[in-house]
Amino acid sequence: MKTLKLQKSKLDFFASVLQQFGEVHAPVLKDGGYVFERLERWGDARLEYNRTILPPKKYFLPPKETLFTYDESGYTPALDGLEKKIVLFGVHACDVYGLNILDEVFADGRYPDPYYKARRRNVAVIGVDCVPDEYCFCRSMRADFVEKGFDLFLEDIGDYFLTFVGTALGDDMVLATGSLFEDVTAADIEEYKRRSETKRQSFGPDVEIRDLPEIFEMEYTNEMWQELGAKCLACGACSIVCPTCYCYDVEDTVELGACAGARERCWDSCVYSSHARVAGGENFREAQSDRIKFRFYHKQRGFVAEYGRPSCVGCGRCIVACPVGIDIVEVLNRLRGVAHVA
Amino acid sequence: MSPKTMAPAVQPALEAVRLDNPFAPHPARIVGIQRMVADNYLFTFRFLDPEVTRSFAHRPGQFIMLSIPGAGEAPISISSSPTRPQVLELCVRKVGRVTEALYRMQVNDVVGLRGPYGNGFPVEEMAGSDVLLAAGGLGMAPLRSLLWYTLDNRSQFGELTLMYGGRSPEGMLFRHEMASLVDRPDIHALLAVDSDPTGSWKYHVCRLADLFDFADIDPHTSRAAVCGPPIVYRFILERLLKLGFSKDHILMSLERHMKCGVGKCGHCSIGYKYTCIHGPIFTYWDAINLPEMI
Repeated sequence: MKTLKLQKSKLDFFASVLQQFGEVHAPVLKDGGYVFERLERWGDARLEYNRTILPPKKYFLPPKETLFTYDESGYTPALDGLEKKIVLFGVHACDVYGLNILDEVFADGRYPDPYYKARRRNVAVIGVDCVPDEYCFCRSMRADFVEKGFDLFLEDIGDYFLTFVGTALGDDMVLATGSLFEDVTAADIEEYKRRSETKRQSFGPDVEIRDLPEIFEMEYTNEMWQELGAKCLACGACSIVCPTCYCYDVEDTVELGACAGARERCWDSCVYSSHARVAGGENFREAQSDRIKFRFYHKQRGFVAEYGRPSCVGCGRCIVACPVGIDIVEVLNRLRGVAHVA
Repeated sequence: MSPKTMAPAVQPALEAVRLDNPFAPHPARIVGIQRMVADNYLFTFRFLDPEVTRSFAHRPGQFIMLSIPGAGEAPISISSSPTRPQVLELCVRKVGRVTEALYRMQVNDVVGLRGPYGNGFPVEEMAGSDVLLAAGGLGMAPLRSLLWYTLDNRSQFGELTLMYGGRSPEGMLFRHEMASLVDRPDIHALLAVDSDPTGSWKYHVCRLADLFDFADIDPHTSRAAVCGPPIVYRFILERLLKLGFSKDHILMSLERHMKCGVGKCGHCSIGYKYTCIHGPIFTYWDAINLPEMI
């Protein structure tokens, strides 16, 4: 991979160049939390943030979107907003990893989702490295580093950002700056490796994921699930903030007094009681304990069976968001029978 | 704006949304409605676009997503056999928003259909084997496609046995069609009802699973396709296993809530599989390895 470096003091100039590639969005501080948002000015960007409230998935699978409009003549695919060019600046490795997981489901395979793919093509991703806090367990999920899924990725090496160029578009961004980016020296590489090692050693929470699917099968009737079911409020916050929760609901809306309307999809969650209910009323996951178990089970067992890795990136958002303190690291470690390290 | 800098009317990235959109329903006209049993009608559809009719190829056991503007979409198994193309027959139970809207429609009205989806029965693998079809009640809806597929490709299969059971004659789907099979020499059709208050039933009055007493099934040369309510699975599976069927040779059709049909929306998951892409046909071996199966 082409690797260059960018002097940190030139970052604002680089950001101004990026505007020709689309609206620049980055984490900003809002009401005490970080959110990805369109920048009014570069100075609003907060690149040293812990985590945004919502992951970047909202750019690719919006909370609510219109798939079709319909009238007497049938269904017409909705194209609104799909063509918008955005440069998403400051995405952490775990969140890029989350996009790579969504790619497996929505961009690849037998039935690619054209809405998702259009957005993935029109939203550029510039990653930035980070320092783990007490909720981060991305390393356990192998999501602390990504080798794809971004156009550029910036790694802090002191006065510079070491820059991995991931795509041709990323390369175009570099070239559009003229000679802003510089070649990497041996000393830069040494500094990168030193920081990489420091980062590796700074993770707190840890989960071993090897053989976790098998442990899930063997512990399917563990009484912990009842305990969690009694605790869970079914609010769905864990799914909403999750970079990889992609379950959705589809509903037709009807314009008043007209044979016209829209087919819309919106985020859904398997912890909601309606998720596995079929027409006629039967519910295949009647109890809340079944539903909360299923959420963990799908990420750590089901997704592994299909795609060879868990659909969890260890970002810690669900731990932060849960109003009753359900902590995925604690849950997984209890299943494993090892003490929770926090 | 000069033509040089003018953006193309539609970005290439958006072309797929317009032209290659897996969620886009194809308009299809209702060409027939036939009452089967209470709240269970057979609807016959024909795509408006002859090109869609030509290219539409399903396997027995697959399903489609039925779209009714304003009501939404629902998965419905295909009851007609691919050996009888041109129209699609869906045996629809009136049981939710979409199907209630369908029941308000009439012949000539237009709905949306997309698919076919799911794995379907492994008919290539089943070729050369004896086939046992066992359905209880509404379970005939997904199994009828395979029934006619095997009859229409009769030479590809060994002995054919059909066991179909219901609570009463009025509860049987395709009652006359099934009765017409009893005298056919190329299939051993066994029909049963639990009870017959009318006294007009000419066939067996017994439990579905009791029909095994009237059949000669060789477990080593047979594949079994089973569909029905949970109670049917329980008793039929018991008999099949007792006979010595391999768990891989017992095929079951399952139903779940679905919003997409293409492995994305997450609603049809059973354990670690999605009914829409890994199913709806599962082997019994799959079933015992998946929690929450039946």
